[in-house]
Amino acid sequence: MTALAPMAFADGERGRDGQLNIIYWQAPSIMNPFLSGGTKDLEAASLVLEPLGRYDEKGALVPYLAEEIPTVENGGVSEDLTSITWKIAEGMVWSDGTPVTSADVKFTAEYCMHPEGGCAQASKFGGVKEIEEVDARTIKVTFENAMPNPYQPFMGAQSPILQKAQFANCLGAKAPECTEANFNPIGTGPFVVKDFRPNDVVQLVANENFRDASKPAFSTLTLKGGGDAAAAGRAVLETGEFDYAWNLQLAPDVIAKMAEAGKGVPVSAFGTLVERIEINLTNPSSDLPPETRATLAEPHPILSDFKVRKALSMAIDRALLTEVGYGQAGRATCNFVPAPALYASDNTECLTQDIEGAKALLEEAGWTDTDGDGVRDKDGMKLALLFQSSTNAVRQDFQALIKDFWQQIGVETELRNIDGSVFFGGDPGSPDTFQKFYADVEMYANNFDGTDPQAYLGSRRCGAEPKPASQWQGENINRFCDPAYDALLDELGRTGELEKRGEIARKLNDMLTKDTMTILPLVDRGRVSGRSVTLGGVVLNVWDSELWNVADWYRVN
Amino acid sequence: MLNFTIRRLILSIPTLLFISLVIFMLLQLAPGDPMAQVPLTVPPEVKQKMREALGLGAPIHVQYFKWLYQFFVVEPSVFIDFLTNKSFLFGWLPDTHFSMTIDSVTGELVQKQRVISWQTRSPVMDIVMQRMPQTLWVVGLSYVVGILIAIPIGIYSAYRHYSLFDQAGTFVTMVGFSIPPFFTGPLLIVIFSVSLGWLPSIYDTTLIVDSWATFKIQLMQMIMPVMVLALQTTAQISRYMRSAMLDNLNQDYVRTARAKGLKESVVIMVHVLRNSMIPVVTVIALGMPAIFGGAIITENVFKVNGIGQLLLTALFANDLPMVMTLTFIFAILIVLFNLIADILYGVLDPRIRYD
Repeated sequence: MTALAPMAFADGERGRDGQLNIIYWQAPSIMNPFLSGGTKDLEAASLVLEPLGRYDEKGALVPYLAEEIPTVENGGVSEDLTSITWKIAEGMVWSDGTPVTSADVKFTAEYCMHPEGGCAQASKFGGVKEIEEVDARTIKVTFENAMPNPYQPFMGAQSPILQKAQFANCLGAKAPECTEANFNPIGTGPFVVKDFRPNDVVQLVANENFRDASKPAFSTLTLKGGGDAAAAGRAVLETGEFDYAWNLQLAPDVIAKMAEAGKGVPVSAFGTLVERIEINLTNPSSDLPPETRATLAEPHPILSDFKVRKALSMAIDRALLTEVGYGQAGRATCNFVPAPALYASDNTECLTQDIEGAKALLEEAGWTDTDGDGVRDKDGMKLALLFQSSTNAVRQDFQALIKDFWQQIGVETELRNIDGSVFFGGDPGSPDTFQKFYADVEMYANNFDGTDPQAYLGSRRCGAEPKPASQWQGENINRFCDPAYDALLDELGRTGELEKRGEIARKLNDMLTKDTMTILPLVDRGRVSGRSVTLGGVVLNVWDSELWNVADWYRVN
Repeated sequence: MLNFTIRRLILSIPTLLFISLVIFMLLQLAPGDPMAQVPLTVPPEVKQKMREALGLGAPIHVQYFKWLYQFFVVEPSVFIDFLTNKSFLFGWLPDTHFSMTIDSVTGELVQKQRVISWQTRSPVMDIVMQRMPQTLWVVGLSYVVGILIAIPIGIYSAYRHYSLFDQAGTFVTMVGFSIPPFFTGPLLIVIFSVSLGWLPSIYDTTLIVDSWATFKIQLMQMIMPVMVLALQTTAQISRYMRSAMLDNLNQDYVRTARAKGLKESVVIMVHVLRNSMIPVVTVIALGMPAIFGGAIITENVFKVNGIGQLLLTALFANDLPMVMTLTFIFAILIVLFNLIADILYGVLDPRIRYD
């Protein structure tokens, strides 16, 4: 699949390289990705369970269980974009030796679409009208509407295929009762679970029925979990006890220091994760009644003004933030959608800090410092903001730096940090969730699954804002509401041609960022993992599971 | 004494029920959401469905009574079934099926619903049993090691009061008291794993000890966590031992013993030590539940994924059934060992009688 491995290593018998040790500082809890949305669980499961197709390191689609990726050109996707027909490659077998059939694929959809199952990947099957088994190896998915991006079900680490025979009695409310199946799923991947200890360790052995007789190169694999990122980094980069460490969220100088030991090297790649400041366009004042506080009924007294938002953005030195917080693992960005290249706008205007320009803009907007206390005011109101974020060392550094930038232009900032489990928890009763947004600005990171930003851009649709009527659920965090934006979103939903989709997506991105300054992107955050110098074949992939090509990994002597 | 024990055991039932209610209510009041760790890319309505599938929609009292039933009825019956069906000890008894019930729809024999963890969707007690060995090995052994070091130090420090040894002992115990394991742990790792490369920094819970070679590996991976924990135990117990010895050394009976011409070793090791052990034994007994509770920080530092690490990950993931069950097991153990400590008092000191 990848041409990166030299032929000398790519050939050979299965299991020739013995034991592989991987450490995930968050321990996997379950091997069924449909019952857990956690990245750690999805990636552990990707060793065993495989989808019909995956994304490679460039975000391109590659067939796994399928013969080829269906497209309009090869007739796999219907002209009107309402159906996609997958064909399972010949000779695909489960690790127990039985063939993979379209019944398994159909069953997987039934499993996840069951209303009582609480399937974590249900959104992958959103809009699916019908799934038909055309023949034993052909499966046709019909959508309710035209789907410009039909690669949602059965694609990527979030949507692998389950074996019908194993999970047949685990539908709906019974799903959690199938502990044995959830811990030891039968898959088609390069490894088979031998022993699963939840939140501790997974032991796997090479799949004897794997489609490529020379793979995987390792006969056994141990995936240890627990501890923290620093300990995981140490075990690979400094002591060499482990071969691969996932997601080393550490300060850049810490990683560099560890790598000096020479036992391992950090690997990095960039995806779509953007650390950003979200601006609240509605008034979060506690003087307002709970029905209208932070809702569209009450526009923000300060931040409704474009000039103020623009000035806030101009005052920020994104290059400095990136250097302090992420080093090699970050790139300053002005984009909400930073990748793939097709969808990334050439918007770079915000990268240069302009304190004087920001000051002038605030003067223009009528904010002047009349009482000489260093904080601007207008009509008796101070230019003071409440800035919240989740508790995390890098975020608190960012908050302090940004507070300082804003102070230089005469904006007073009060900082607040909230524990991540509350901030991201979505409890409608809590005043501290990021959705409720009882603050003027807030900072966090988000990204999108796969390579298509349509759903991600769709989150800023008018009406999708969190509000009391929706139990404060909703993804339009800024309460952004622009009919022109919604119209363009609808157009994106009708467009199948890639070039055109890119153009529309870039325009939507610009509407949220440079045109309105509703979202102030700060850093495009990369993923850093560590691999031992003796481990070859690692291709870090941010579009799919990091372990997507573990079958191609091998030992370097 | 038997009367006292029975009375205390019966009294502990309402106490434990009250504790379980308090724990449950505290967990309900605590902020947090089991879906907080799910990435933001999963839409809110999907998260809501997932919460409902976990049973979060049910009224609070229903959730509480469901847990009570599962913990006090289903789990013990599962254990009895295990004993009679599979265990070596009671396997000869006729197989029982207390935990099974007839499914109303299919008519098949299925297991009643046990306490299910939200993170892993598997029975909590199974994971607890899986975690017990490493916790007992590491934390239990550190307790034994700590006691074995602490008692001689305490005795000698008291006997040679204010000597150089006593001063040094006081210094070491103060260090042990004041330096937390999240400092000593990484420090040891940096020295012995990173710089010297002698010991592994990550504990392998899957290791099966079946030969001298594997025993050596087990020993090497246990040394650091055991010593970190033993330092804490030593610090605490040796202080108790020292002060108890000091109290007794000035007593009249010690002077009498010496006057009788008994050897100094007999005076100290037989007369003084026995009397001094009474408070120390209670301290040791009261510390026992902590062994089962694991050592949250040390287990995490060395990746000894035992009960402590289980509780921590469950707390982070807001896995309420797991947190609830674990904290309640600790509560049972604390109540039980308090009782044992009280009984030990009576056994060690004939002057103390409860009846």
